[in-house]
Amino acid sequence: MTDMPDTTFTSDPSHHQDTQETDDAAGYYTPGDPIAETKAPGGPIEERWGTRQFEARIANPANRRRLSVIVVGTGLAGASAAATLGEAGYVVKSFCYQDSPRRAHSIAAQGGINAAKNYKGDGDSVYRLFYDTIKGGDYRSRESNVYRLAEVSVNIIDQCVAQGVPFAREYGGLLDNRSFGGVQVSRTFYARGQTGQQLLIGAYQALERQVAAGTVRTYTRHEMLELIVVDGRARGIIVRDLVTGEIETYFADVVVLASGGYGNVFFLSTNAMGSNVTATWRAHRKGAFMANPCYTQIHPTCIPVSGAHQSKLTLMSESLRNDGRIWVPKDAKDADKDPRDIPEEDRDYYLERIYPSFGNLVPRDIASRQAKNMCDEGRGVGPEVDGVRRGVYLDFAEAMERLGRKAIEDKYGNLFDMYAQITGEDPYEVPMRIYPAVHYVMGGLWVDYDLQGSIPGLFVTGEANFSDHGANRLGASALMQGLADGYFVLPNTIRDYLAEGPFDKVPEDHPAVVEAQQSVRDRIDRFMNTKGTRSVDSYHRELGNIMWEYCGMERSEDGLKKAIDLIRGLRDDFWRNVKVLGTSESLNQSLERAGRVADFFELGELMCIDALNRRESCGGHFRAESQTEDGEALRHDDQYAYVAAWEWAGEPGSQEMGKPILHKEQLTYEFVEMKQRSYK
Amino acid sequence: MRSTIALKLMMAVSGIIFIGFVLLHMYGNLKAFSGHDAYNDYAHHLRTFGEPMLPYGGLLWVIRVVLVLSLVVHVYAAVTLWRRAKRARTVKYVVKKNKHSTYASHLMRWGGVTLLLFIVWHLLNFTIGKVNVDGGPTNDPYNLLVDSFSVWWLTLIYLVAMAMLGAHLHHGIWSSMQTLGLTNSVRERALAKRIGLVLALIITIGFSLVPVFVLAGVIDK
Amino acid sequence: MKLTLKIWRQADTASDGAMHTYEVDEISEDMSFLEMLDVLNERLNSEGEEPIAFDSDCREGICGMCGLMINGEAHGPQVTTTCQLHMRSFSDGETITIEPWRADPFPVLKDLCVDRSAFDRMIQSGGYISVNTGAAPDAHATPVPKDNADRAFDVATCIGCGACVAACPNGSASLFLGAKITHLGELPQGQAERDSRVVNMVAQHDHEGFGGCTNIGECTAACPKEIPLDVISQLNKDLRHAIRRGY
Ligand SMILES: Cc1cc2nc3c(=O)[nH]c(=O)nc-3n(C[C@H](O)[C@H](O)[C@H](O)COP(=O)(O)OP(=O)(O)OC[C@H]3O[C@@H](n4cnc5c(N)ncnc54)[C@H](O)[C@@H]3O)c2cc1C
Ligand code: HEM
Ligand code: HEM
Ligand code: SF4
Ligand code: F3S
Ligand code: FES
Repeated sequence: MTDMPDTTFTSDPSHHQDTQETDDAAGYYTPGDPIAETKAPGGPIEERWGTRQFEARIANPANRRRLSVIVVGTGLAGASAAATLGEAGYVVKSFCYQDSPRRAHSIAAQGGINAAKNYKGDGDSVYRLFYDTIKGGDYRSRESNVYRLAEVSVNIIDQCVAQGVPFAREYGGLLDNRSFGGVQVSRTFYARGQTGQQLLIGAYQALERQVAAGTVRTYTRHEMLELIVVDGRARGIIVRDLVTGEIETYFADVVVLASGGYGNVFFLSTNAMGSNVTATWRAHRKGAFMANPCYTQIHPTCIPVSGAHQSKLTLMSESLRNDGRIWVPKDAKDADKDPRDIPEEDRDYYLERIYPSFGNLVPRDIASRQAKNMCDEGRGVGPEVDGVRRGVYLDFAEAMERLGRKAIEDKYGNLFDMYAQITGEDPYEVPMRIYPAVHYVMGGLWVDYDLQGSIPGLFVTGEANFSDHGANRLGASALMQGLADGYFVLPNTIRDYLAEGPFDKVPEDHPAVVEAQQSVRDRIDRFMNTKGTRSVDSYHRELGNIMWEYCGMERSEDGLKKAIDLIRGLRDDFWRNVKVLGTSESLNQSLERAGRVADFFELGELMCIDALNRRESCGGHFRAESQTEDGEALRHDDQYAYVAAWEWAGEPGSQEMGKPILHKEQLTYEFVEMKQRSYK
Repeated sequence: MRSTIALKLMMAVSGIIFIGFVLLHMYGNLKAFSGHDAYNDYAHHLRTFGEPMLPYGGLLWVIRVVLVLSLVVHVYAAVTLWRRAKRARTVKYVVKKNKHSTYASHLMRWGGVTLLLFIVWHLLNFTIGKVNVDGGPTNDPYNLLVDSFSVWWLTLIYLVAMAMLGAHLHHGIWSSMQTLGLTNSVRERALAKRIGLVLALIITIGFSLVPVFVLAGVIDK
Repeated sequence: MKLTLKIWRQADTASDGAMHTYEVDEISEDMSFLEMLDVLNERLNSEGEEPIAFDSDCREGICGMCGLMINGEAHGPQVTTTCQLHMRSFSDGETITIEPWRADPFPVLKDLCVDRSAFDRMIQSGGYISVNTGAAPDAHATPVPKDNADRAFDVATCIGCGACVAACPNGSASLFLGAKITHLGELPQGQAERDSRVVNMVAQHDHEGFGGCTNIGECTAACPKEIPLDVISQLNKDLRHAIRRGY
């Protein structure tokens, strides 16, 4: 939504010099064998996807009625995949925990979706989108994947328009675009502030059409609790019917996880209340590698926490930074004053001060980190929560004087209304308060070019995979990736795997199935029978605080180690002292959350280990130990240009994680040169 | 077609036929202000209209048939929709507010029942039974009218019925336009509501004038 | 602030429910309505009483998962979703009655949670444009006049929350239905299936057991997305045209 200037990239060969091989995470993990992606064809980058599609085997159409697919998740990634696979004639089962597929968290995306259509004729191209995405990801993603993403982006827009997605249009009846998230071209398609909603409704309707056609069956209010792996292949899932509490088992020839991101490990995030890691974590525990779990994106313009009761954080469009000026009082003593009474000379417009050329428009990670620094110095504003004021002013007074109140109303009216609704303050009168919040995770299950995870027959799409965004995602690219995966990539790669099917029917009493069912039941019984004293939410909140404090915007060796200890202690306490009332044979929201929080504990620890291992700053990951003299992020391409793919090492069914095994996938750049970011 | 919307279309069409009739009827009633002969001539003229192509009273019979059919359709649809609405919410709210809708819109069904009772009574009164509550003769329409409304409670029944009719039409007129799909914008909707209000007032007041003026003694034999 | 809450509690669809009364204290004005219920639930949990089940997911007014009847008003006194309603809309000492959406096609699952899958089945009956993935022409092949695009968008904002049904004295889902009919009917892409769509969706609406619309207008007032009554007129019109054309 913003017209932020591009961040400039300068070549900086010097940054390799002062680095040395360090392994902060030694002792916390087991080094494993390196891994490599093998499915992407070689050759010119623009031909790779075409080649792969041609080489991928095709499942005989007559056979497809006998080939079954389970899709967990009905967000953009899941609904689009399920609908497309249904159209192709496979037997699809689609699962989500909400009461309708249409409510998946993708619905909340506001800004827009990128596509290299070049409808504006401003020099955009597939190559430019590819280049921007690689750069934006701070050189931690795969070239082949990213190029493919840029390539299919154009088809997404065609598909969505044909489905009736009401994108914004110009008077001539053609589609409108805007520039978004710090790129120089206008390639973002949008539907007012509700792009995710409109795209999801399109995918949802395509899905429901297949339900009517009989190719897809939807299972709403069903939560996946375990993956079934038989003879090394993913063959089914175990779910809990959230209404009846029934534990049900479903088999298929392949399992697709499109279960979204795990930002809720921080408790407070802009994610939906139910967003969880359970689906992917259960697969991880069954052998799927978890890649780059520490890469988290923190969004600078969210509405601050207002009290200890807060349940989630609300994102406000970044476009506000185009006209609003960010400041805090120079003196901590002014923190609780009415901001209008603080004279100009007592205000610190810190972004304008530190980054004179970019000012308030510095990239998301910088803006977020500096806000935290200000608050840590005690100069934060707004109500004190747990003894600290976490908020900075975003002030439109000057813009209103310059452009007139009317202009500001026209541009930001709905955002101002939303702010007023939530805070009860009038942002036309009093400066807004904002604070960063966890927004998106770049990490996720490791997948190859075919989107297949490290367990054969397990495919992962959307935010759930570690995806194409490297260490940082550009605005408006998550929607693009979800739909690219679901509509165009997965349906073309999964057929290569399915061509080997149908696989032998799995007997209900297969030991792997019985074991999986039993472990699900045992876990539920354990929650129900612990009968401790503390609620699930209170644990989640505490875990979130630990994560935010030590594995949030800035991470350090000491902090991460401390966090791991704290998490382990809290996890032990959780298993001994959690209190879940009601029964497991009915709708029981505390029980649902207990399972999710239990997995967040393990994920949280792995995130800290991953962050500890990566002693460099890249994208959304900022290590205090790796910064330039003036405090900017410093990458170490010689040591860390790899994907960290973690393998579960704990005993099945135990709460001990063991020492996770690190497999490194080296990243090589054939088409783009690696450069260091700079924004001064 | 038994869909709720098809039923509503039937209601709207029959309702509009009723409106056409009541407008005509009201015009006829207002002839009472022109005196005994003008009114009776009109009543007579109604029956000879179209002669000799139609038999005596032919047009009236055409009207009657159309009205009866409309009534059957209107009441059938009303009852069916009412029952469906009841079945759509068998457990009631403990607290329920209706604050954005008119009373008239909530009164439609009981208003309709009142109107049905009124029509039965009315026909007994003036057409089928020709009851003269005053005990006078019933063969002279004008005199029957005047005799009837000289009785205060009969006038009151009529006035109550007319108020009900007004309410029914206040909502019914705009509602029928919405049902027919003629109100596809804020402006059209506002216009439809205004037409509904104005027409309902005209009809209610127009009908009420005769009984009121009879009772007041302005119209007399 | 201090409040008295009267809340509907029901173990499952088959059981009978009843209103229960709870007192809550120290409620801050900045809390959202659902956060206020979170606080109550935390307390109930510690006192050994099972927390109250209610649905919510995004908590930012867009997913349509939340929805409570608050003092007889769907989503409460503001034009917004329940999750975006804040306690400053209430006053200290107030008694608040909280019930689930009431409509037989929305059976109560537990406490304040209802099953709205009827809406999904309505979409299945025709609320889509049939286009297989990959079969789409270039997005600019068919320009859409801005007026049509804008109207389509205005009504496509429906979040499927069901407040319209909850508020309607007839338990009608006409506003939801009309919004979808208008959204797809307003676009050139939606024309091919326009007649069959409206006929089938209306049939499904009735089959689910929703009541008929008598143009009362409570729905639009309760709608957090302010879907206008036009869509019901449009729905009626489209059905009329479809009937005329022999569907
Ligand atoms: C506030 C906000 C604004 C955003 N704005 C933008 C934007 O403008 N542009 C952009 O490109 N990106 C944006 N993003 C990011 C983007 O919305 C998400 O990354 C993307 O939508 C994720 O889609 P998904 O299909 O992978 O997962 P989701 O949409 O999160 O769907 C997850 C699905 O998995 C199901 N599920 C999860 N766990 C289980 C389980 N255990 N069992 C069964 N089902 C399960 C859920 O029911 C759901 O259906 C935004 C994100 C947020 C939070
Ligand atoms: C015979 C007794 C009658 C009954 C039982 C009856 C009942 C009803 C009911 C239940 C409705 C539907 C409610 C609604 O749409 O809001 C309705 C609508 C209507 N009625 Fe009547 N009514 C009767 C007589 C009349 C008369 C005498 C007139 C006109 C003079 C009339 C005109 C209308 C109109 C115009 C509508 C609106 C139709 C629509 O919404 O599409 N009705 N009636
Ligand atoms: C104050 C109001 C009214 C008065 C004074 C009045 C008077 C009369 C009279 C005198 C007749 C007999 C006419 C004749 O036989 O020639 C008549 C007939 C009739 N009136 Fe009314 N009327 C009133 C209101 C209404 C209303 C509101 C309705 C309908 C909703 C209605 C419906 C009829 C019908 C259906 C007939 C029978 C016509 C026929 O078939 O002969 N009247 N009315
Ligand atoms: S029309 Fe409005 S009230 Fe009805 S489901 Fe849609 S958003 Fe909710
Ligand atoms: S309240 Fe009900 S009657 Fe119609 S106008 Fe709305 S659906
Ligand atoms: S919880 Fe999503 S709209 Fe309220």
